[in-house]
Amino acid sequence: MSKIMRKIFKQLFQKPFTNLFPAKYAPNSVLKLFELLEEGEAELNPPIEIPPDFRGKLSYDTDKCIKCYQCKKVCPANVMEKDPDQDNYLVFYLSRCTSCSQCVDMCPVDAIEMTDDFLLADADKYNDNLILNSKKSPGELKTPEEE
Amino acid sequence: MSDDDKIEFNEGKDNVKLSKKDNSYSVPVGPINVALHEPLRLYFEEEGEEVIDVDIKPGFTHVGIEKIATKRNPLEFQPVTQRICGICSDTHGFTFVRSIEDALDFKPPLRSQYIRVIIAELERIHSHLLWAGSAAHEIGFDSLFYYIWKEREEVMDALEYVSGNRVNYEMNLVGGVRRDLTEERIVYLKKALNHYENIKEEIEETLINDTTVKMRTRDVGVLPKEKALDLASVGPTVRASGVKKDVRFGQGYSVYSEFDFEPITPQRIFNEVHGDVFDRIAVRVKEVAQSIRIIKKCIEDLPEGNIAYEENLGKLLTEIKSSGGYGFARTEAPRGELIHYTGSKEGEENMSVMKVRTPTYGNLLSLRPMLMGSEIADIPIVGASIDPCMTCMDRMIFVENGEKETYSKKELREISKEKTERLKK
Repeated sequence: MSKIMRKIFKQLFQKPFTNLFPAKYAPNSVLKLFELLEEGEAELNPPIEIPPDFRGKLSYDTDKCIKCYQCKKVCPANVMEKDPDQDNYLVFYLSRCTSCSQCVDMCPVDAIEMTDDFLLADADKYNDNLILNSKKSPGELKTPEEE
Repeated sequence: MSDDDKIEFNEGKDNVKLSKKDNSYSVPVGPINVALHEPLRLYFEEEGEEVIDVDIKPGFTHVGIEKIATKRNPLEFQPVTQRICGICSDTHGFTFVRSIEDALDFKPPLRSQYIRVIIAELERIHSHLLWAGSAAHEIGFDSLFYYIWKEREEVMDALEYVSGNRVNYEMNLVGGVRRDLTEERIVYLKKALNHYENIKEEIEETLINDTTVKMRTRDVGVLPKEKALDLASVGPTVRASGVKKDVRFGQGYSVYSEFDFEPITPQRIFNEVHGDVFDRIAVRVKEVAQSIRIIKKCIEDLPEGNIAYEENLGKLLTEIKSSGGYGFARTEAPRGELIHYTGSKEGEENMSVMKVRTPTYGNLLSLRPMLMGSEIADIPIVGASIDPCMTCMDRMIFVENGEKETYSKKELREISKEKTERLKK
């Protein structure tokens, strides 16, 4: 009993461990936070440093892609879909991505990479931020012709 | 209680079977209840404060992992297995790749096996601390809960640094691991381990020698040794009843046979076995220290060499496709014995069968003897003492016996319960 009580009293005088991200006193609305930021009234709190080789948001380079579709074979969540309008290059729906990074390991030409970006939460799962290489939702894609 | 007292009654569609007395009343708890963290329905028959009968109705979170498996190849499916459970995610991946290796006769390199054991043991530390915290919360000791969860952050950070993600580590690959333990990762790991070595005694002091914890958990939810053996409980639940049952120790899979350790039972800690919630807390706390010892030995002995049988995923996939077979693997997850059964046909890429038996499946029935005779206020802590994970457990079985038959879990539970009744006579 005494030991835990001592611990608790010691912690009363310590700083909180929580990092108040993105701002120390953020209003409920995100838009209002942006307004405050523009006016210079609020200050952004940097996030806690992420470890090296962190598995974050995917990035896709169409210049490097050789369209071998090996990544599609190992993706557990069917993130990639072919886009016939774009010469069958891939479209990535990141709201489905589980960050397993198997496509990155599989890609023979390093066209897919994992970035350090981790801010992926969104109310709209087909937001532009969450679709790579297109602005269409999956329903708007044409069905690829059978080979 | 004699058979004459037994009256069966149906409540809704659940077909509850409870024995009744003149002054008794029934209390349903769950599936959504403040006292439960997991969707599980419990029916209690109470006489005053005392529980005189219990009926357990699981099956609210069936996700159909088995069906998903038949549409995917093993490489595609390995990240999905790690999402069966949110806490023991690595253990599921570990067991799955071992069952695939068993089916296809792959030999993972020694270095990868050591790395797997390190991650599995780190996860055990994290899972046991998480459980200890939530157990403290269940008995209303919230300052202890916050203290333990604060200490848990250290191992979470270490796992994030090593694997690149906080919860789903994705370290396992069929025939090896996906990431190497580099020098700087080992330095980070050692820092975390030293932290736990330093606070080990403090945690033991606050959990085992604390009067509040002892008052609330001693002789509560007792599972006698014979009952534990009859119901085939697994993991810390059965070890707390004084049975030396640990797959790591008994089977020595992966490289566990290289280490010198014994399953932890209350006999070794207190020289006596009660089989109650307090013993379960003590066993888990001591296992944290045991895991630290195993990891330290692993890092010391870590051999040089490759980290995977085949690092090129494309080649690996072709090899998996060209061979087929059925594999089986047992692993000691933080909660107990975990079994994966997998199979694929030769020349076919997708898996043909996948079956999981999680520790909670083995432990759930032991809730009944534990809850019998306890008070209403003890239900949350007794329920939590087996560390239940319902999303892991809710499964379905296909039995092919001449013709295809499907047993729903409800029927299986009935069969299982009948057997329990039969054995009791």
